[in-house]
Amino acid sequence: MKKAILFIFAVVLSCGMIFAQEGKAKLPNVSIKTLDGKTIKASEFQNDGKPFAICFWATWCKPCIMELNAMSEYYEQWQKETGIKIYAVSIDDARTSSKVKTVVSGSDWGFEVMIDQNSELKRALGVNNPPHTFVVNGNGEIVWQHVGYAPGDENHLIEILTKVSKGEEVK
Amino acid sequence: MKRLIFFISVLAISVSASAQGIFGGKVTGNFQMDVQASKEDTVIGAAKVNEKMLMNAFGNILYTNGDFSAGMRFEAYLNPILGFDPQYKGAGVPYRFASYKKDFLEVTLGNYYEQFGNGLIFRSYEERNLGLDNAMDGIRVVARPLEGITIKGIVGKQRKYWEKVWESDDFGLIRGADAEISLNSLIKGFNDSKARLSFGGSFISIYQKADPRFITAKDGSLYKMTLPENIGAGAARMLFSYEQWSLNAEYARKGQDPNAVNGYIFKPGDAIFVSAGYSAKGLGINLSAKRIDNMSFKSRRDETGNMLNVNYLPALTRQHAYSLFAMYPYSTQVNGEMGVQADVMYKFKKNSILGGKYGTELKLNYSRSMSIDKTPVVQIANGSFEGTDGYTSTYLSMGDELYFEEYNLEIGKKVTKELKLNLMYSYQTFNPIAFGHSGEEFVYANIFALDATKKLAKNSLRAELQLLLTEQNYGDWAKGSWVQGTLEYNIAGKWFIAATDQWNYGNKYEEKVHYYNFAAGYNQGTNRISISYGKQRNGIICIGGVCREVPASNGLFATITSSF
Repeated sequence: MKKAILFIFAVVLSCGMIFAQEGKAKLPNVSIKTLDGKTIKASEFQNDGKPFAICFWATWCKPCIMELNAMSEYYEQWQKETGIKIYAVSIDDARTSSKVKTVVSGSDWGFEVMIDQNSELKRALGVNNPPHTFVVNGNGEIVWQHVGYAPGDENHLIEILTKVSKGEEVK
Repeated sequence: MKRLIFFISVLAISVSASAQGIFGGKVTGNFQMDVQASKEDTVIGAAKVNEKMLMNAFGNILYTNGDFSAGMRFEAYLNPILGFDPQYKGAGVPYRFASYKKDFLEVTLGNYYEQFGNGLIFRSYEERNLGLDNAMDGIRVVARPLEGITIKGIVGKQRKYWEKVWESDDFGLIRGADAEISLNSLIKGFNDSKARLSFGGSFISIYQKADPRFITAKDGSLYKMTLPENIGAGAARMLFSYEQWSLNAEYARKGQDPNAVNGYIFKPGDAIFVSAGYSAKGLGINLSAKRIDNMSFKSRRDETGNMLNVNYLPALTRQHAYSLFAMYPYSTQVNGEMGVQADVMYKFKKNSILGGKYGTELKLNYSRSMSIDKTPVVQIANGSFEGTDGYTSTYLSMGDELYFEEYNLEIGKKVTKELKLNLMYSYQTFNPIAFGHSGEEFVYANIFALDATKKLAKNSLRAELQLLLTEQNYGDWAKGSWVQGTLEYNIAGKWFIAATDQWNYGNKYEEKVHYYNFAAGYNQGTNRISISYGKQRNGIICIGGVCREVPASNGLFATITSSF
């Protein structure tokens, strides 16, 4: 009985909150670390008013590495053409987090790389499994998300980023 | 009732804490559901499922409004899918929290996950796909009084399935604090220095009521053993980097903690982890080493198995994604081990001899884990070291038992604009002690993988071939050689179909079983649905650094994941 009350209460509460929300979700105020150990908040991710992408990945996740390698090839070109930026957030835990720097420099990726060692940002953004990509517009609002990677998805991502930088709606 | 009060207070806090009130915030969340219908199969040992259908599901709902957030997770295991502990059976809300930030302070009430340093003395985390969850229930306070200084304080108890941990003294209460100082952020002139240095220190204490234990000595007399009720552990760490070089080190020590895992010995435990790296454009090198001595640390002294772990002692081996490479995965020997690991990654540049038109990636990994030197002390009890210090150990001398060794090479090559190849080779030496079987024969395996991905207009085709060659064929874990083939077709990044056959062709004593599996799925945005049909080999599945044994199953498996 107690559980039933709790559950109904929680459902009502959450429905109320869903219908009450206006606009789009922003990045949470969760602290993560840069590769050299600096603490920064996800809410401070920014790209001078231009859109950016956040890609959750891990050193043991093959589709993630494929995705980041594919994007890395075009990254400089994309940056020049559209001014976008990519944050690659690793969810490697203490077992593999020391390899993140090795993989990043060994693969010669130019992304902003962050480590979310105890999956706090992953949890706060409702990520189930990597790879999971978010696109954030110039106002810091999450406007697009995608789970998984299939070859060619990187072209779709840049299309979305280009649209967002022109202020167009995406779904 | 307590939970109801909790939720009402969460609501009240949320209304009062934010000027905008409860409305105007954002709601996010995620959901996952696994459904399994397994048929009995005596050849692979898939057990009969009386319920015909099994299901796991969970959903997180998170509310954020500026610096306030609250959330909950509903979980249902009706009944738990194969491989999950039957104690998960049931449904409810095991995770709920409210948290706010005000100036330099952040307070979390209810459940939370946290890690101190590398986790040598404290890590609370979850891996839902493996059924691992040691969420804390209590209070966490994080203070950042100055730029570059973070102080954390925690108190609470850990989750264990659906047990009512607060109603029993049998579950230990965890108290702890952690401080981290980043000199570059703290001292103004060093903000942009090439040298970066940070220090940290942490302390954990567990309180669990203890009744005396009685030991029957060799001469038949009864010894009374008084167990410590408070168990303390401390750790110190540093992170240093200068230009391309970096060094990460942590040392931890644990006081007397006689428990079921170490056989109720009184020897203090200790652990050290050191990792050094060099990284330049196109080159990454990392060397790590660790030594663990009697470091099982649980919040209940009679607990064995995967639950109620207070700390995290990761295995220093490569974590494999190809299934035949992960057939013999190593797991940390918490009662004592020494290990080293080396990783080198190099990218041959585009338009060089070895790089070709698109560049070539080379990854090398070597890992080795050994026992530590142990000289037994004189026993009190017959046949056990209970009540003594157990053993003495010379710090830097290695034991003579090899636990695991691997030589691993991986080459990634983009051949044309459409075709990518990945090659991997490993030589593994595996001691079945990692599966809990000590003193058994080793497994020696040569393992190969060839993986090709071809892009076809909007679609793509992936083919994978793996081969595991071993002479060893005995017991439940060494079943001779294996071969595996996989074909996967992706349509417009939305649909996929895949077929896999894993064949135990080298099994000399049993049937040479085919583990075939067919899968199909649809993926759009953050929603993903997949269905598979086939046989699942019993063995170890590793996700996110944790390995867990799953029993054989045969039948239908469907998964839905979604986030919003």
